[in-house]
Formats: sequence, structure tokens, C-alpha cells
Amino acid sequence: MPDAVKPAVIENTARGPLSMDELAAVIGRDIPAGSYVNLGIGQPTRIADYLPTDEDGRQTVILHTENGMLGMGPTAVGDDIDPDLTNAGKVPVTELPGAAYFHHADSFAMMRGGHLDVCVLGAYQVAANGDLANWHTGKPDDIPAVGGAMDLATGAKDVYVMMTLFTKKGESKLVEHCSYPLTGLACVSRVYTDYAVFDIQPDGVHVLATYGITLAGLRERVNVKLLG
Amino acid sequence: MSRAQLFQATDEAVAGIEDGSTVLVGGFGLAGMPFDLVDALIRQGARDLTIVSNNAGNGDVGLAALLKAGQVSKVICSFPRQVDSWVFDGLYRAGRIELEVVPQGNLAERMRAAGAGIGAFFCPTAAGTPLADGKETREIDGRTHVLEYPIKGDYALIAAHRADTLGNLVYRKTARNFGPVMATAARTTIVQVSEVVPVGALDPEAVVTPSIFVDRIVRVEARSYTVQGAR
Repeated sequence: MPDAVKPAVIENTARGPLSMDELAAVIGRDIPAGSYVNLGIGQPTRIADYLPTDEDGRQTVILHTENGMLGMGPTAVGDDIDPDLTNAGKVPVTELPGAAYFHHADSFAMMRGGHLDVCVLGAYQVAANGDLANWHTGKPDDIPAVGGAMDLATGAKDVYVMMTLFTKKGESKLVEHCSYPLTGLACVSRVYTDYAVFDIQPDGVHVLATYGITLAGLRERVNVKLLG
Repeated sequence: MSRAQLFQATDEAVAGIEDGSTVLVGGFGLAGMPFDLVDALIRQGARDLTIVSNNAGNGDVGLAALLKAGQVSKVICSFPRQVDSWVFDGLYRAGRIELEVVPQGNLAERMRAAGAGIGAFFCPTAAGTPLADGKETREIDGRTHVLEYPIKGDYALIAAHRADTLGNLVYRKTARNFGPVMATAARTTIVQVSEVVPVGALDPEAVVTPSIFVDRIVRVEARSYTVQGAR
């Protein structure tokens, strides 16, 4: 393999960490034009506002919603609300030209069969090897609910995570080993957080960019070996 | 004679559902929920039911009302916990209902397998997670796969948009969700529709569920409801 020119880590230290909307915009810019994408319930739905468009301003990404639709449009408001047309979060949405409806087994075949290009999920924790924990806290009084998380994590070609890097107590959610119950094994390829973007490769976790913190500062707060 | 029967009343359509039955209930949240058939099942009174559905009831209507009536002993679903799942949450925390959580894709595929006569299948979903605990696994193409068995229903209760009198069905938008899969997976499939049309009125190219999968049809008045997830 020829020597690749390794891009330096981009340290954005003249600013604070990213807001959730800024983070959504960063992720939206990285989603390849023309791809089929599933945005998970919660924070990742914000990315819909920042997807790539063509010169006429038309969205070039086709959104999949696992309850049974490709070509999902923006959230429905007013007279456009139709109880028969909702997204995976059960929020009323709209359809774009070229939309298609299908039943649940077909919808999940799109993930499980490896047809979906990218999914973006929230997470409690991501491990250095790409293990994902995002469905259950494991607390005895917590009612477990998995939905489509395991199918997405296992089946999508690229699994991106969108999360805050630290818990409210300041502990890193990027960890050596997940302590929460797992959703999928070694499935995450990118971790987008307010403080940094991480790329998970076979040789380890690479930092692509930092926000409001230096790489050295990040290494002090994240107990995972971080490569440049 | 296995042709679908057309009923005038939902109470007739759900007649004969036995105590202890496994009932597949369509819908994703409230979209595609067969409200009228579930209400008829509450009046019919069958108990000790195992319900297979994506969720475990929203608000106080549909599946939530069936749970509240104390007719359900077990729920097999992918996503019980929601902002408006208070009926299920209360029963679960009181230890009055059994829960089997199944990844959504496995839920759909296990019913598809039941409908297609497939004895079991291997799939990588949930490998290495608590939901695969105790299940047989096999390495296929370098990846761990988990053995999953079909989920077969005694009855399926589903909502479609339009039926012809033979039982061919078309659905509307994302309310289609589990309907076509559940219709194949139950011994007796009972369908509520907003409209019944004569044979020949549906475009054969557009039929989603062919009549062979349908046993009982009943027309109901379209019901308006608030989408609970509306923000």
C-alpha cells in the first residue's frame, strides 16, 4: 500500500464545543450525496435539516424510516398532519416525490441485507473497537425497549454515532469497554461528539477534529488511546 | 372452503378467539392499529392472551385498553417503553404481565418465517448482546449469527385501507407497517378496512396482501385520532 498522506488533526480551539445543531450540521456535511440514510430517534433527527443538496437546492439523500418508507420529507404541520404517515418516532411527517411505502419485513431487509448506506444513532457508550451500547441502561427498574437499534447497528454499511462526549458527571462515553448492555459488536465507524469527531479504524481510534479542546486536553479526559 | 368471509359487525368478526390464544396485532404506535377489532376483542372477553405487536399500547386506547382490561398475560414486542405507555408500564412494574423484547427486524422476520413455512433462520442481529443470551449461534462468513424461531399467531388483527370482497387488501402510507407480514403468519387473519369494493375494482398490480392470506373482513368507520408522538 502506498504511503497515505495523513491529515493532521484539526484542532478548533478558538471556539467552544459544538452545540447539538452545529454537530448535526457537521454530520450532515459528511453524509455522501446520493446515499440512503436512516436517522435515529432523538438528536439524530436534527441532521435532516443539514443534508447535502444539489445546485437546485434539492436534497440528494433519500431518508429511510424503519416503520416503512423511503423518501421521507420534513415533519408535517397543520393540515398536512396525517395519522397514517408517521416516522419511527411516531411523529407525523411528509412524503417527498419518489417516496415508496413497504411492509416491515421489507423495511428491515433494507438494513439487515446491507442495502442502507448510513445510519446515525444516539448512544450511551461507544467502545474503542466500535461496540455500541444505546438501548438499555441495564438498571433493574428500567423497562427494556430495543426497537430497530440492533438491526440498524448490525446491518447498515456505516454506523455513525451522535452524542455528547461526556456524561453530566463528566465521564467519557467513549470507553475502552462498554459497561452498559451492548446493542451491537464492533459496528460503529464514526463517533460525532460536541468535543471531537472520532474515526474507528482497525488500528485504533483516530481523532479527526476537536472543538473547544486540544488533542492533548482530549487525551487527558478520554481514557482511550487516541491516535492523531 | 378457505375464502374470506365478510362480516357486518366487528363482534362477529372476532367471535371464537379462545382464551390463551396468541394474537398478532398490527400497527406501529397508533398508525395501522386495528382499534375497532381490539375494542371488539375487549367485549368478546378472551383472556390469558399473548399479544405480538411492535409496541405495548399507547395512551388508553387500542392495545392499551386491552391490557387495561386484564386480558393479556404476555407481550412480545420491540418497543414497550414510550412516553404514553403508562398502562403497560404499570402492569409490568406490578409483575402482572410478562415481556419478551425482540429486535424489531427479528419481530418482523420471525413472523415472515412463520408465514412462509421456514423452520428457523440465522441472523447477526443481537449477536453478542443480552437479547441473544441462551440462543444457539453459528459462525457464517466470519460473522456470528443467532438462531431465531418463527412467531406464529392463532389470530392476526390488522387494519388495511381497502379490501375487495375476496379479501385482497391495499393499505395507506406508513399504516401498512406490520399488516402484510402478520396476515401471512396467523391461522386466522381478521382485517378491518375503511372501504369494501367489488371484486375487480382493485388494480391487481397494486394489491399488497393477496386474498389467500385473509379470513375475515369487516368494514368500520374511519376513526380520527391524535398522533401521540406529535410534537
